Amino acid sequence: MPIPSIDFTVILPILILSCAALFVLLLDLFLSAERRGLNAYVSLAGVAAAAAATSLQIGRSGTTLEGMAVLDGFGLAFEWLLLGIAALSVLFSIPYVQQHNLNRGEYYVLMLFVTAGGMVMATSNDLITIFLGYELLSLSLYVLAAFARERAASGEAGMKYLLLGGFASAFLLYGIALTFGTTGTTNLTMIAAFFDKTPIAGNALPLIGLALLLIGFGFKIAAAPFHAWAPDVYEGAPTSVTAFMSSAAKVAGFAALARVLFVAFPSPALRLDWGNALAALAILTMTVGNIAALLQNNIKRLLAYSGIAHAGYILIALVTGTAQGLEAALFYLLAYTFMNLGAWSVVIALGRTGEERLDLSDFAGLSMRHPRLAAVMTLFLLSLAGIPPTAGLMGKWLIFSAAIQQNLIPLAVIGVLNSVVSLAYYLRVISLMYTRPADASFSLSPVARPLTVAIVVAAIGTLALGLLPAPVLQWVQIVRF
Amino acid sequence: MIPLSHYLLVSAILFTIGAVGVLIRRNAILIFMCIELMLNAVNLSFIALAAYQNLVDGQVFVFFVITVAAAEVAVGLAILVYLFYQRLTTDVDDINSLKG
Repeated sequence: MPIPSIDFTVILPILILSCAALFVLLLDLFLSAERRGLNAYVSLAGVAAAAAATSLQIGRSGTTLEGMAVLDGFGLAFEWLLLGIAALSVLFSIPYVQQHNLNRGEYYVLMLFVTAGGMVMATSNDLITIFLGYELLSLSLYVLAAFARERAASGEAGMKYLLLGGFASAFLLYGIALTFGTTGTTNLTMIAAFFDKTPIAGNALPLIGLALLLIGFGFKIAAAPFHAWAPDVYEGAPTSVTAFMSSAAKVAGFAALARVLFVAFPSPALRLDWGNALAALAILTMTVGNIAALLQNNIKRLLAYSGIAHAGYILIALVTGTAQGLEAALFYLLAYTFMNLGAWSVVIALGRTGEERLDLSDFAGLSMRHPRLAAVMTLFLLSLAGIPPTAGLMGKWLIFSAAIQQNLIPLAVIGVLNSVVSLAYYLRVISLMYTRPADASFSLSPVARPLTVAIVVAAIGTLALGLLPAPVLQWVQIVRF
Repeated sequence: MIPLSHYLLVSAILFTIGAVGVLIRRNAILIFMCIELMLNAVNLSFIALAAYQNLVDGQVFVFFVITVAAAEVAVGLAILVYLFYQRLTTDVDDINSLKG
């Protein structure tokens, strides 16, 4: 049997990133403790090289590895997004890992592997490779969540994430098995071709398979009712890891979910079923996330529930099942990346060596103590709430208008009502920063330079997407299969 | 010859036993074993479905699943050993300081 030829250019960004991760792993062995900082910059260079390789692929298309890996606009867009998240996350991790004695080479290695796993998920055209990408991302995140092993909470977070993650991947696998059993293939395009030719009336197997797949992906994007792990894991994991995973895992999960639904299950009969299931998930996710966020006193848990709510808005975009909805989802994920990573960076900036400040009361009087930090935090929170002139408003507007175009008016109305509820807890943090006196007992340490860069980039992104969305609206149109 | 539906039924029963075990067991190691049971139930489905349709993909998939499951256990047990050093227990009810 001849060995099929492999077009390595299709998977070049993933290869570069994986090689960079292995290189950092080796490099770390030869670095003395005080020179460990180099790991971060080598990782950044790896991310930049992968991004450059991704840029070279613009306008090309093709498949390789027997149709398992695919090169298309959708994959490119999500690869860029994931690489951007990785770059920002490496930047804000640099001071954090030093302050909290986590500066070991594996930290950045695992971050790169998470990104590579997410990229595999986004560019796979086969359930086998999607599963492998899903597991590469998840296994690396389990270790990262437990990375601060001296702190008991971190180990507990890793354990909880792993047990519930393993549980969820079993559901995902069962869904893959049943889909494979029905269609006789794991290739997404061929699954769609099968459903085109064969009526599914009276056969429950594909529907059960689809439902199990939704559970598996629903867990990864922290959609209610599969969100229970998120607040605990987010709280226990090191803050820089929480920030990274709240964006990277969500983006990768949505990429794989959108590709599976849009490419493998577009046939009208199934489309209605998953549309309804996603609509129910979206309503539940937004409502649970926003209401639970109202009750939190810890900033990490508050942002965790806010992240759950945002997953709900993005689900609305997928319910539409249209190209317009897909563009809205990509725009929202980009906006979410900026505003979410920005808010987390400010949380990191409040901490100092060996100590984190995670209580909402720690934000009291921040406007007096550090006016610029308070101002950017206000920007990020207003954007998360969807107030003009920010990225968040633009993203919500795109999603709700895509929903209204498809006559999903109740869904859009529930989304808008939820945004109003979310204002309450974002404004609570803002009013703490501006109206309460500062607690005199703690001082802020100066914000480290890499962290400043991350915050400034996130702030510029948040503002630019709100004020000058035209080029980005043009860019999101590349998201085609 | 044993019909395909028998295999699928056994697989579904094993998967359910595993899933119920994850939900009711309190020892982290037993929860791990229940997750393994779920994964192996899926493997049984894969092999049966592949064998009855004369397809090789499903059987190859099983090797991937076995490998990934091994990696997952390696990571899980490492985290568990660390937790055990800190708290001297593997009971998930005692490893529950994060809530709210």
